[in-house]
Amino acid sequence: MTGKTLYDKLWDSHLVKQREDGTALIYIDRQLIHEVTSPQAFDGLRLAGRRPWRAESNFATPDHNIPTTKEERRLGLEGIRDPISRIQVTTLGDNCREFGIFELDMNDIRQGIVHVVGPEQGATLPGMTIVCGDSHTSTHGALGALAHGIGTSEVEHVMATQCLLQTKMKNMLIRVDGRLNPGVTAKDIVLAIIGEIGTAGGTGYTIEFGGEAIRSLSVEGRMTVCNMAIEAGARAGLIAVDQTTLDYIKGRPFAPKGDMWERAAVAWHGLVSDADAHFDRVVVMDAADIIPQVTWGTSPEMVAPITGVVPDPEKETDPSRRDNMRQALKYMGLTPGTRITDIKLDCIFIGSCTNSRIEDLRAAAAVVKGRKVAANVEMALVVPGSGLVKKQAEAEGLDKIFIEAGLEWREPGCSMCLAMNADQLGAGKHCASTSNRNFEGRQGFGGRTHLVSPAMAAAAAIHGHFVDVRDILLTLDR
Amino acid sequence: MRKFTVQSGLVMPLDRANVDTDFIIPKQFLKSIKRSGFGVNLFDEHRYLDKGEPGRDNSGRPLNPDFVMNQPRYKGASVLLARENFGCGSSREHAPWALDGYGFRIIIAPSYADIFFNNCFKNGILPIVLDRKIVNELFVQVEAQEGYTLTVDLEKQIITGPSGAPIAFNVDSFRKYCLLNGLDDIGLTLQDAGDITTFEKRWKDASPWYFGV
Repeated sequence: MTGKTLYDKLWDSHLVKQREDGTALIYIDRQLIHEVTSPQAFDGLRLAGRRPWRAESNFATPDHNIPTTKEERRLGLEGIRDPISRIQVTTLGDNCREFGIFELDMNDIRQGIVHVVGPEQGATLPGMTIVCGDSHTSTHGALGALAHGIGTSEVEHVMATQCLLQTKMKNMLIRVDGRLNPGVTAKDIVLAIIGEIGTAGGTGYTIEFGGEAIRSLSVEGRMTVCNMAIEAGARAGLIAVDQTTLDYIKGRPFAPKGDMWERAAVAWHGLVSDADAHFDRVVVMDAADIIPQVTWGTSPEMVAPITGVVPDPEKETDPSRRDNMRQALKYMGLTPGTRITDIKLDCIFIGSCTNSRIEDLRAAAAVVKGRKVAANVEMALVVPGSGLVKKQAEAEGLDKIFIEAGLEWREPGCSMCLAMNADQLGAGKHCASTSNRNFEGRQGFGGRTHLVSPAMAAAAAIHGHFVDVRDILLTLDR
Repeated sequence: MRKFTVQSGLVMPLDRANVDTDFIIPKQFLKSIKRSGFGVNLFDEHRYLDKGEPGRDNSGRPLNPDFVMNQPRYKGASVLLARENFGCGSSREHAPWALDGYGFRIIIAPSYADIFFNNCFKNGILPIVLDRKIVNELFVQVEAQEGYTLTVDLEKQIITGPSGAPIAFNVDSFRKYCLLNGLDDIGLTLQDAGDITTFEKRWKDASPWYFGV
């Protein structure tokens, strides 16, 4: 008998019932909740007269609609100027109170982007099944948890039954061998992976990321990689548990303590794929080949190395891809053959559930320290992922570095990653963004997004166009 | 949930791969706490020339004449013919709510993103996967013939067009059963409440650290 993958193990340990038709009931340990995808689920419960199966397994925080300026935040709920947004955030609080669900509200220092806050609080633990009405729930797989995004009907289903109806996915292993070069980060790894397998490459799979380059990443970096598994089409990304994982979790508020910790840690050590496990697809990449990445189009797979150029659709042989590339270049206002380093930027966004953790802010601050944002950059935002990330950054003086360089230091939230709040990218403006999606209109109507790492976004802020951050890091070393 | 048995409808082609859920319903409309009212803002950034806002009257907004939905021949379409990886990106169920609100009951594409695909079934929409070659042919036929309609029989799993042989399609048997009978998943799952409780007890004994704080 062949061994099991990590995904097989997580699936098997949560299997309540396998039905003959291939669907299965999977037990859910944790549901994370935010204001956008939950109100209709709570309404459904109310209409049917149902209560949550296990209220304490739910964990809520508002993030998508939250304003990020100090002035607005000081006013609390009243600071949300858009009345429709305010109702949504208020409704989350009302629903959590009515159904007995734990919420970190917008005035709590622990509030932040749900995918930053969950792990930070230890509400995300290895071996758990985790769901959230948000596709970037894949983030939590970085801690060896089976985590994926679900729709609102499923949010209601999990609240009412503690289970999810699922069919098992196939297993994919993406192995990144060797060591990363200096200046190359987790974000570049995952963008390079998406460039390689495409935005639908992981559809129908759970992707486990492995290899030396992945194992060498911090938990923060691993979260960046798993976060974007969904941009490769996979609902869930996974990384095996190791000492790095356990060191990250130990002592966090919701993590087990004392004797319970010892027992849990023993169990969690087994959360790795067996050496003889079978994967339906294996992709192998060499870390040494990965250099800083920049997206040029309107899908995360439209990505090029910083040393590259905007590609020519006319050279694409597949007609559907060619059409897509033409549409993308038209929207982005770019011409084939333009060097990536010649793309000028109007806006910089450092934040989102992909890249707003302390390590991301440190990387960006190291690049901008003692420099000034270029004159052509109209707006440069740094939005920490949570109140606690913000506090830590301020304790390290990172806020001052950003402010002195001319970037705005904001309050935590999803902000301009999807621009549901007031932080919006203007039409036709180019933005170097550390977020996860460069779809049309994503950061604002008509806005043009280029996905990059925090260090690359910071370097672009200083120069007003993309530059190879490796060159800057060389001068910093001197 | 609404039952799905046999549906006939006018087909609208959307000739574009990787249509994401931001494309289907832009973020500003996600501020609503309701399940309905999204149909008028389906494909908002492409359907209209200006920027849409929730709560705004859409009747006076300038339409984009180049967008397929605004061609009179596709008015009243309930079958959406699409390309690869339809519904990628965000998990927002507002996407199927918007499609449904406009009147789409059937989607035909070579492939879908997983979360969107799943969300459709929860809302009485049938997403059908057909071979890329067949989808290509359908695009040609739909564009060539005004008033092109298709009939989908879920029970028999066949699609019938104005000409040619019926096209067979696959659908997961449980999802088919739920759609045909208009069944609510939660009610069905709660029939297994005993199994869930038994599992939960065993899991709690084995892994009490997930049941702490």
